[in-house]
Amino acid sequence: MTEDIGAGRRAATGTTFQARDDARGRGETVVETMPWLPPSRSPHAPAGVAPESLVWAETIGGPGYAHATVARGTRIRLEDIEGAACAHVIVLNALNTAERLNMADTVKIPWQAYLSTGHPLLSGDGRVLATVVEDTSGRHDTFSGVTSLAANVARYGAGDIASATPAGRELLKQAAAKEGLEARDVPPAVSLFKGVTVAPDGTLAWQGGAGAGAYVDLVAEVPLTILIANAPHALDPADDYTSSPLRIHAWTAGASTEVDPWWTATPERTRAYLNTQQYLLARGIA
Amino acid sequence: MTVVWATDEADYFDWSEPLAAGRIVQDDRIAPRVGWSAVVRKGQVLTIVDVGGNQSGDFLCYSAADTVERYSVPDTLAAQRNAYLVEGSVLMSNEGNPLMTIVGNEIDRQDTIGGACSKESNTLRYGHHTLFHHACRENFLREGAKHGLGPRDLVSNINWFMNVPVEADGTLGIVDGMSAPGKRVALRAEMDVLAVISNCPQVNNPCNDFNPTPLRAIITEADA
Ligand SMILES: [Zn+2]
Repeated sequence: MTEDIGAGRRAATGTTFQARDDARGRGETVVETMPWLPPSRSPHAPAGVAPESLVWAETIGGPGYAHATVARGTRIRLEDIEGAACAHVIVLNALNTAERLNMADTVKIPWQAYLSTGHPLLSGDGRVLATVVEDTSGRHDTFSGVTSLAANVARYGAGDIASATPAGRELLKQAAAKEGLEARDVPPAVSLFKGVTVAPDGTLAWQGGAGAGAYVDLVAEVPLTILIANAPHALDPADDYTSSPLRIHAWTAGASTEVDPWWTATPERTRAYLNTQQYLLARGIA
Repeated sequence: MTVVWATDEADYFDWSEPLAAGRIVQDDRIAPRVGWSAVVRKGQVLTIVDVGGNQSGDFLCYSAADTVERYSVPDTLAAQRNAYLVEGSVLMSNEGNPLMTIVGNEIDRQDTIGGACSKESNTLRYGHHTLFHHACRENFLREGAKHGLGPRDLVSNINWFMNVPVEADGTLGIVDGMSAPGKRVALRAEMDVLAVISNCPQVNNPCNDFNPTPLRAIITEADA
């Protein structure tokens, strides 16, 4: 690693006073992959978003992971800055994390396997956890994205989080652990920014990415825990482990309502939003 | 009054035979609409018989030694680079290890993208009047509880004898099945696995031909 990550010896650290000065002297270092605090300080705030409405601003490496629990109505933007990011995402109901993303229901209930603007991320309990409210990529995968430790060891020689080639699942487990969850809370994820389609014979066809700058916005329809791993897709044909940073911004925007086109796009989705609305009504949340 | 839609016995039923040779270790008739579970030891073969034809057998399996390691749709599909299960398909775990291998299969392809039905998802797909209909997720929860499993342990599953095509534009859905009475699938355990089946109670779509019928589950072991 020759990359400047803001680390390494800078000054004498032989005494506690020197070590303290040295440590404090590092505090204002700026690198690409870091959180911005307060979030309004982010130099990359999305156009049209008031900086003071930001609740989370962070760039994670490729590879890397992030996690957060956000309020209902939070809009989360994930951006593939350079074009080689692949964001493996799991969402859970923060009020009851046993309710989490169900990939099968997420494609079966809308009768649609390919994600685009308006697609709901559904739980196994008949509710919408989050909605894809904007998508400039169009290259996503609902079938096959996350790699395992064993798969990465076989392909790259290593897959542990301490290695240079961590597996998507290993990163998701770390994100889960930070939210008080365990390995059994890491179900199949949706993979953003790298597309896979199904040929008539069932073959999974690699579609690649949409290039630098593509982004996806999710709106939290319930208090939401989100786990994100940025790591190469399982079907990525690149010989080398190829991954680039993922930029995250989240801001207060409001949950979906009856006037949003996706609420009424299909009868199945309407009933999913109604179920979610009733669940929140009963809890006195919405 | 509860109306139960199912057919327990019929002249057209074919209970068939194990698809693998060897000694029968366990042989169960799974009534329509109920759950089943068993540990299949490494090397043993589980044959599932579609007794009445086009009856979805919703299926999950776990490492018997540590159920945190369980069937994974993404790992399975990525490993074979195909969305459908056929003879030779290896059911992979979320840790990238083989759980079971399909060593026999008498229908064109098996589904693992359609997921299990639930009372709650029925309300989305067919209307709120279907909330009272019994469903696979109910069976998975009840059967799983016998082994210490709960909702956190339910993941996307396999649907033996169910047919879910994906169109060019991404449209997918459950359509009429390609199975028939007596058709079978056989799975060899690659480690000791806990296998759980929900004999699907769904009566709002063609996954059971709108008529739940029995399954037969047979575990065999090669003669030493
Ligand atoms: Zn079912």
